[in-house]
Amino acid sequence: MNAPVNPALVFDRRRVLAGGGALIVSFSLSGAYAQDAALKEPAKPEAAPKLPGSLEKTPYLDSWIRIDADGTITAFTGKVELGQGFKTAFQQIAAEELDVPFASLNVVTADTQLTANEGYTSGSHSMQDSGTAIQHAAAQVRALLLAEAARRLEVPEDELRTENAAVIASDGRKLGYGELVADNMLHVQAQPQSRLKDPATFKLMGQPLQRVDIPAKVTGGAAYVQDLRLPGTVHARVVRPPSYGAQLIDCDTSATGKMPGVIKVVRDGNFLAVVAKKEFQAIKAMAVLSTAAKWNETPSLPKPDDLPRVLTNLKSQDKTIFQQGAPPAAAARTLEAIYTRPYQSHGSIGPSCAIAQSLDGTMTVWTHTQGVYPDRQAVAEMLRVPLPSVHLIHVEGSGCYGHNGADDAAADAALIARQLPGVPVRLQWMREQEHAWEPYGPAMVTKLKASLDDSGAISDWNFEVWSNTHSMRPGGAGALLAAQHIAQPFAPPPPKPLPLPEGGGDRNAIPLYKFPNAHVVHHFVPEMPLRISAMRALGAYHNVFSIESFMDELALAADADPVEFRLRHLEDARGRDVINRAAQGFGWKKGQKAPRDHGYGFAFARYKNLAAYCAIATEIEVNSETGHPRLIRAVAAVDAGQVVNPDGLTNQIEGAIMQSMSWTLYESVTFDDTRITSIDWQTYPILRFNAVPDSIDVHIINRPGLPFLGSGETGQGPAAASIANAITNATGKRLRDLPLSRKRIKDAIDA
Amino acid sequence: MMTLKVNGRDHEIDADPDTPLLYVLREDLKLNAAKFGCGLGQCGSCTVMVDGKAAFSCVTPLLLLEGKQITTLEGLGTIDKPAPIQRAFMEEQAAQCGYCIAGMMMRAQALLQRNPKPTDAQIRAEMEPNLCRCGTHMRILRAVHRAARLMDTADASPAVHGSAQ
Repeated sequence: MNAPVNPALVFDRRRVLAGGGALIVSFSLSGAYAQDAALKEPAKPEAAPKLPGSLEKTPYLDSWIRIDADGTITAFTGKVELGQGFKTAFQQIAAEELDVPFASLNVVTADTQLTANEGYTSGSHSMQDSGTAIQHAAAQVRALLLAEAARRLEVPEDELRTENAAVIASDGRKLGYGELVADNMLHVQAQPQSRLKDPATFKLMGQPLQRVDIPAKVTGGAAYVQDLRLPGTVHARVVRPPSYGAQLIDCDTSATGKMPGVIKVVRDGNFLAVVAKKEFQAIKAMAVLSTAAKWNETPSLPKPDDLPRVLTNLKSQDKTIFQQGAPPAAAARTLEAIYTRPYQSHGSIGPSCAIAQSLDGTMTVWTHTQGVYPDRQAVAEMLRVPLPSVHLIHVEGSGCYGHNGADDAAADAALIARQLPGVPVRLQWMREQEHAWEPYGPAMVTKLKASLDDSGAISDWNFEVWSNTHSMRPGGAGALLAAQHIAQPFAPPPPKPLPLPEGGGDRNAIPLYKFPNAHVVHHFVPEMPLRISAMRALGAYHNVFSIESFMDELALAADADPVEFRLRHLEDARGRDVINRAAQGFGWKKGQKAPRDHGYGFAFARYKNLAAYCAIATEIEVNSETGHPRLIRAVAAVDAGQVVNPDGLTNQIEGAIMQSMSWTLYESVTFDDTRITSIDWQTYPILRFNAVPDSIDVHIINRPGLPFLGSGETGQGPAAASIANAITNATGKRLRDLPLSRKRIKDAIDA
Repeated sequence: MMTLKVNGRDHEIDADPDTPLLYVLREDLKLNAAKFGCGLGQCGSCTVMVDGKAAFSCVTPLLLLEGKQITTLEGLGTIDKPAPIQRAFMEEQAAQCGYCIAGMMMRAQALLQRNPKPTDAQIRAEMEPNLCRCGTHMRILRAVHRAARLMDTADASPAVHGSAQ
């Protein structure tokens, strides 16, 4: 793919594509990877117009769309399917712009030997980065095919049309795409402008097509990395230390080594693992090895109840991230509040898994990592081998919702497989390992202070947030557990705040509402008492929970309707539209009163202040005797720009509401002074069917022709705040510490 | 060596009697549907049917399964001839990551075989042991209702009725 561009082809493209101006951007598969907020604004030549989406970093059309002489069409994405359904959405986009049948096209996802480096699949970036790149690449490929057909048929392009993977002339002559594509024809750089289809003519985009991955998933097909069976596969299990920083002081491996089926015991510093022929043999050997291992542990964890104080007292790097006006000397009324969030777990249903094989000088790892390229770099560094000798292939795993154990499991498998040349090693974590060792969503504290003027409008707004970073994802080996545990360890890299406008701990800390005076401070806390990293929505979950809870507190103080109060402070037209649509769909009425023990809540946000808009209205029932809360119904409105698959979008929003409800009502990582104590579903309870609401309605505001806006995380914050506001509406009490547990609600009612 | 009846066929299994059924299904019989989730009977992603009743295969040792009829999702239908429950989950698009879904479907199947017309409350109560982390619950419930309707109508595949004993 790094071959020099044929100048004639570039010339050709300049002739056939609108916008002209060849871009010379070097393409490199081994280029920079990105953290969560990256994939934007890379260094680029002066005055070069920006290419759409990920074409900016990977400009060759054949990195995205390949057409073979036999007519086989493949779309490539550097993003991974995590259950969001965008493999299907990408197929819709590519088929639409190419004018080929949906089923005729195959989508290949992240693979360090096949696809572009699109960094991590995170931050609701897939549609806007990869979806946009595929859309424009497909449109430009179609234009090239039209031009080629015009040349061969000797007719003007405007007498040609495309249909069903062929170019057809007005006289009926027809050339299939496979016939038209010559060797290097698509190996040309994208242009800034594409002749995109008129959204009014879309046949596939905007349609609720059924997902391509679901049939295998509901019939027992091989759908996950856990299902991959290479000939001669052996099974490995790791024995993790019992706590952070524990040192292995003694381990007699002789008993383990004699167990049935055991092939190898691996010990490298504090890294311990066992390999057996069969999976359950490996598990039994793991248990014996675990008993044999003697560890020296050091108490290092804070007291959970004291967490907000601990967090706000750690050394922080303080930055004013937004400043407008100056607070007035006097205000009619001033409110202050502190909101807190505990550590929370991704809690993937399937523990992390990977298969690694060291063969002919290449370490191949099949993994459900969210970023094959950055994880490859980390694994190569850990193994101390050259980058090209490591090959990472993404295969779906259980839903991850951020940085879970996926990358660590890939590293574990590689480290073990290195000791068994040629043999495929399948490693899966146990439930308690996933729960105890995954990097959690960070604990956070927010302090809010705002004043109302005589008219009941907010006159000044102060927001402070304390948080760790929200990404400790690999890039370097130090991010991997195995690399930290081996005898010659790699230190975790120093944490960095993720830059705005997307932000990390300060994601969505700047209000979208317009206040005459506003001041927002991010206290970035480098020290991490618990292992943390990216979890769905990052800081936006807590910041939106805080802002939208406080907006309700202010509305109540101003004796205003919460929906009307939000609209009073919001200029953004699309934001106003989703608020109105959600309120209308819910049947929200000013001055409404919920039935006894019921409450209505409302909340709104635009994810990252630049992705999808989402407003959610909820009805909650609270048992006044026990404090037990139950979400009765939720009505959401979402604007994600041009919609590609409305059912996929609805599924994402429904899921966001349910998952956020679970985080918000139940979830908190627990620990004593040394060990994590929430290590399974008993000790870390999540939503079960008895808490499922009666209904969730999602209203989509489609914006034909407008850019795709990431929507996978937009519901997390609004759902939390809407539920919190409904609980207040039902009980008359304000809860500000997550989770809003039954006990906390009961205590508030009794207070 | 013991004989295990899975999806209507006998299989000779060479594994320790304490081996949980899940590992035999996945490793010896190369069946994908039942998943390892917790190994503790807390999440239900390993759910299969044993003599028509939903069971956690991750905590059910082989020694308890002599002579029992084991049914996995693969035994209900195929991608070309899906069972009503499989059609229902496809039609409702009742999956996100889908890791929990095979277990959900087996628990629902066991309910529908016992009670072909369950109420919504009965479905919710029955599904309680199974966890979904993506938040696909509303669709799962709709799919179970749809499966009940499909099983009740003539257009359900006859092959499916045969295998779902």
